[in-house]
Amino acid sequence: MAIEVRLPTVLRAAAGGQANVSVEGETIGEILKALAEDFPGLGTQVLSLDGSLHRFVNVYLNDDDVRYLDKLDTKVIEGDVVSILPAVAGGSC
Amino acid sequence: MLIISQMFLDEMIAHAIREYPLEACGLISGEKDLVKGFYKTRNDAASARIYTVNPLDYLKADRDAEKNGASIIGVVHSHTHSDAYPSPTDVVQAPDPAWHYILVSLKHIDPILRSFTIIDGNIVEESVVRLNC
Repeated sequence: MAIEVRLPTVLRAAAGGQANVSVEGETIGEILKALAEDFPGLGTQVLSLDGSLHRFVNVYLNDDDVRYLDKLDTKVIEGDVVSILPAVAGGSC
Repeated sequence: MLIISQMFLDEMIAHAIREYPLEACGLISGEKDLVKGFYKTRNDAASARIYTVNPLDYLKADRDAEKNGASIIGVVHSHTHSDAYPSPTDVVQAPDPAWHYILVSLKHIDPILRSFTIIDGNIVEESVVRLNC
């Protein structure tokens, strides 16, 4: 099943400049793994070496943060949209 | 260079003052150097010293920007007691070298707004061209 994945500007260069890509998978983990295989430059920016979600990346399934669902085991269905967003933070110290 | 309407600049400063004493944050959309939208976002850190853009607010801003043919091109945040200059934390956590990093300082009576690029840890101030619309 092909799922649409939306990429933030910072990751688009690693995907040939595309803002949206279509990736096969039944779970968030499968989709991110397939994404890393299709676009190797994306892999280390989204997944840690141990295969977990990178701490500076947020992944949404439609309107829900997958960390509050079943994380990488979260199942997807046709028509779902996965959005990858960098964590945006900083401060005065 | 950042090209931005005075209206958005006024909104950014108003947002910073309204959130005081906490740091305020937001995102800008547009194309390259031209700002087409400003989105106030929640600071999940709820702190006077650090900020974390609420990711759902980011997602909604990203969708709205795309709907209007634009992209998220930068982040705005306030420094409540320090200068409008990126801190070491800002530099380390800067997510995108193509982004504009706008800071609003409330250290003095009159707020000060400046914009920077942060590429490979190097901070470069950019000029802010104000449009009267």
